[in-house]
Amino acid sequence: MSAYLHSDLHDTICALATPAGTGAIGVIRVSGNKALEIVNALFKGKDLCKQPSHTVHFGKISDGSRVIDEVLASVFIAPTSYTGDDTVELSCHGSPYIQQQILQLLVQQGCRLAKPGEFTLRAFLNKKLDLSQAEAVADLIASDSAESHKMAMQQMRGGFSEQIKHMREQLVNFASLIELELDFSEEDVEFAKREELIVLVSKIAGVIQNLLQSFNYGNAIKNGIPTVIAGKPNAGKSTLLNALINEERAIVSDIAGTTRDTIEEAFVMDGITFRLIDTAGIRQQAADEIEEIGIERAYEKLQKASIIMYVFDATVTSPEQLNQDISSLKKYQAIVIPVANKADMLANAPAFVETSIAISAKNNTGIDLLRQRLVTAVRKDEIKNDIIITNLRHYEALKHAADALQQVLNGIGAHVSGELLALDIRKALFHLAEITGEVTTDDLLANIFSKFCIGK
Amino acid sequence: MFIDYDIIVVGAGHAGCEAAAAAANLGSRVLLITMDMNKIAQMSCNPAMGGIAKGQIIREIDAIGGYSGIVSDKSTIQFRMLNRSKGPAMWSPRSQNDRMLFSQYWREILEATPNVDFWQDMVKELVLDKGKVCGVITGMGQKIGCKAVILTSGTFLNGIIHIGTKQFGGGRIGEKSSTGITEQLVSLGFESGRMKTGTPPRVDGRSLNYDKMERQDGDENPGRFSYSSLTTPVSNQRCCWITYTNEAVHEVLRTGFDESPMYAGRIQGLGPRYCPSIEDKINRFAERERHQIFVEPEGWSTVEIYVNGFSTSLPDHVQIKALRLIPGFEDAKIFRPGYAIEYDYFPPTQLKLTLETHLIENLFFAGQINGTTGYEEAACQGLIAGINAHGKLAGKEDFVLKRSEAYIGVLIDDLVNKGTDEPYRMFTSRAEYRIMLRQDNADIRLTEKGYRLGLASKLRMHAVEEKEKQTADIVTYFKKTSVIPTDINPLLAELSTAPIPQNYKLDAILSRPQVDMANLKRLPQVNEFLQGFKEDAVLQAEVLMKYEGYLEKEKQMVDKMNRLEEIRIKDGFDYNTVKSISLEAREKLIKQRPVTLGQAARISGISPADISVLLVHLGR
Repeated sequence: MSAYLHSDLHDTICALATPAGTGAIGVIRVSGNKALEIVNALFKGKDLCKQPSHTVHFGKISDGSRVIDEVLASVFIAPTSYTGDDTVELSCHGSPYIQQQILQLLVQQGCRLAKPGEFTLRAFLNKKLDLSQAEAVADLIASDSAESHKMAMQQMRGGFSEQIKHMREQLVNFASLIELELDFSEEDVEFAKREELIVLVSKIAGVIQNLLQSFNYGNAIKNGIPTVIAGKPNAGKSTLLNALINEERAIVSDIAGTTRDTIEEAFVMDGITFRLIDTAGIRQQAADEIEEIGIERAYEKLQKASIIMYVFDATVTSPEQLNQDISSLKKYQAIVIPVANKADMLANAPAFVETSIAISAKNNTGIDLLRQRLVTAVRKDEIKNDIIITNLRHYEALKHAADALQQVLNGIGAHVSGELLALDIRKALFHLAEITGEVTTDDLLANIFSKFCIGK
Repeated sequence: MFIDYDIIVVGAGHAGCEAAAAAANLGSRVLLITMDMNKIAQMSCNPAMGGIAKGQIIREIDAIGGYSGIVSDKSTIQFRMLNRSKGPAMWSPRSQNDRMLFSQYWREILEATPNVDFWQDMVKELVLDKGKVCGVITGMGQKIGCKAVILTSGTFLNGIIHIGTKQFGGGRIGEKSSTGITEQLVSLGFESGRMKTGTPPRVDGRSLNYDKMERQDGDENPGRFSYSSLTTPVSNQRCCWITYTNEAVHEVLRTGFDESPMYAGRIQGLGPRYCPSIEDKINRFAERERHQIFVEPEGWSTVEIYVNGFSTSLPDHVQIKALRLIPGFEDAKIFRPGYAIEYDYFPPTQLKLTLETHLIENLFFAGQINGTTGYEEAACQGLIAGINAHGKLAGKEDFVLKRSEAYIGVLIDDLVNKGTDEPYRMFTSRAEYRIMLRQDNADIRLTEKGYRLGLASKLRMHAVEEKEKQTADIVTYFKKTSVIPTDINPLLAELSTAPIPQNYKLDAILSRPQVDMANLKRLPQVNEFLQGFKEDAVLQAEVLMKYEGYLEKEKQMVDKMNRLEEIRIKDGFDYNTVKSISLEAREKLIKQRPVTLGQAARISGISPADISVLLVHLGR
């Protein structure tokens, strides 16, 4: 296991070419001999593989079931591109969420995320740049590698690095057991039972799976926490949205069912971005078809919410009613914050209101308190996954590791010999090492020698 | 009194013998200098060749045209294919050998090699001229001229033997150590270190009670190492025996710890962790109630027994007292006690991949001097050094095997790029492409290389070509021949694997883990087809089909890796002009002078970022 994958020069790479963050548009660059083929697989429009160099084409990027964005694809055929390899530049809308989604799709199609300076490195190797420019690239690579580890560590929240380390130790132990029976089968030592190995690998694979799942949530933190405002019609949800963002964004009226579609707005508090999603009020009998669709969408949004602010009208809601509504929301993977609206209209707040955040959306009271409550929810990690990954490169590495472990499990299931299992374990270790640092065969041997009495 | 030799080989152990034979066969005039002509190719430790990963190396040596495989076959007293229950990549041939016959056959081979002369003496100094070696000076004061020197000093350089509190100079017990070379090389700028190894007592087989031990026989159908027609499998075999230590043995051994040279700190050299002394085992693994002991005969007719697993440097009276508490050893008489030996080695990061030193031109190191342990590891280095020393003088290309081509390539690449702190032994886990590097295909991998060099005969080359052709024919047949459910399903049921619902190609059936070629031979159509094909071709075809997917994965890795291997770093490349690499990387690169970027990537302390930066600078 060495650096061979790190410096691969022939695969297809992709990255955001414009600065990260929200802008009018963002450009994603894809370069390598499969660039056209890969983009084409996601692109609904003309067949990009058949287009001449230096042409621009309108189309939609789709994940197969849904359209992610409408984009312009600029096609550059080798060698007349920046890198000298086939290149497609996708101009998409400037939302970090959309950009991440597109990058993720590209990775799924076989792209690798480019390392800093890698496009320029290829440009140099294809003789597109002179040496002084290339030296700048070299400096960039060198400084990045020193910084990137630090960065990666900073990016990790919770016990991510701890968990990866633990997993790696277990995998090294597992790999050692396999190596033990291969290299030391003549020794008087006991070898691991396959059933135990299955348990161990499944456990590790499970942890990785959880981390992979947390990626979507991790992205949520990066791109905004989906915070849904839910509640019965006319509870004051839209008023609350306007109050939180200090803007008359949603149409407010006394007519129940005014909000027909979901409305999204972001606001930042203590450095955390919340994506506020106002939904149509949920009631059994929709006034018309449009409201019905709105209600359906509201349910969809609830599925994806990390936080649900359940707004109820404190003047008309009974404690039993509230309990029932809140517990019906428990099935969503989100924190539920009950918000008692119109609290100022009650002379004496009943006890059940006190467990909620009491506000008056209309008079702007209690809003700061609610904002604080949102921040604490994130800070205190009340949110389900205590460990999350936010970095697409980590995601990619974990994905590869998970695939390799699946191969290990398949192999054990098919009773293949240890050296074949070892091949896939090493692959898994290699990919984990992309996050945590290298594992060498010397490490495996050292582990064997420290744990088993080897040697005639 | 001496002619001017092309190459002087210092030392006639496993490395020296292979080096001398290879260089001489290629056409160099070789002088083999050894301190004792009667000790040529000694098995200083256990009387066995091969084993896991090591057996593969012997077959590689044989394929290239070395002699270790042939000599092993001719002196075999027992043969076993280890790891038979694992996949074919793990199968490892191992033989017990007659120690005296082994030595005798090697001497006969060398004496039959016209270009090899002998001289019995100690080399105490190298003669240099402008950074180039041009001769040696011996203990008797002879100055002998040559163009290249291959040093294979084994455990002899400043060797010190320890038995309990006793210590004395020696290269093996009863033999003098060698002095002078280390001091000279260090004064020339070489870095040297100390290593340690040990060996168990030898006992009198007539004094053992085998009724109390388990018998371990050789294979029913023994194989052999050499691919050539020069040897045949052993017909009669001697058995080995297994017994175990116990708490009483351990108790006695512990009484000697005060006098142990290891624990008293008299030995500084680092010993191998995978070959610990018995005292180390009971010390480090105190919870183990017993340790396995292999009782191995030293030959066909001798009563001498090698007590494998009981390596020790405790005082001799403790050794014998503990030994006699082992079942079967109650009345044991010993021929000689076990001992530990410390010797000089030179960290192999000072070498090129050809095993020539960076510091002195035409000086080559092979074997334990490079920090390795094991006959096989030594022998293959000798072969490579012999080939390259001759090649250098004859103006030929360097002979370097890649990690993806041979265990020998892995071994030398590891040594040169990573170095080693403890005696380096080969393990299959050291090879990242071990599914490819098998004992069954060493001839396919390497015979052509040996043939091109002029070491492997035309006959061998033809045999390999025939094997490859037959293999291809069998694979083709399996890939295009279908089998019908009624013919195969009873067999599949018997093997506890799912029946087939419709016609399947044979190779798809064979790829199931539960099915092997022997099973399929029970189908009349297969059995009939395979008549007339050689056994090794059938095995080859089976492996290729059964492990197709995994072999493909390894090939992809090799392809990726080779991209870096193909980027050469010019000799004399000035790393100081590359500003962005780390200080540590620069120092190591300047010292170790890798030839390719791939090699640079394997040097410890060189990061992927350093490699990327170098890539930019080597970009055109």
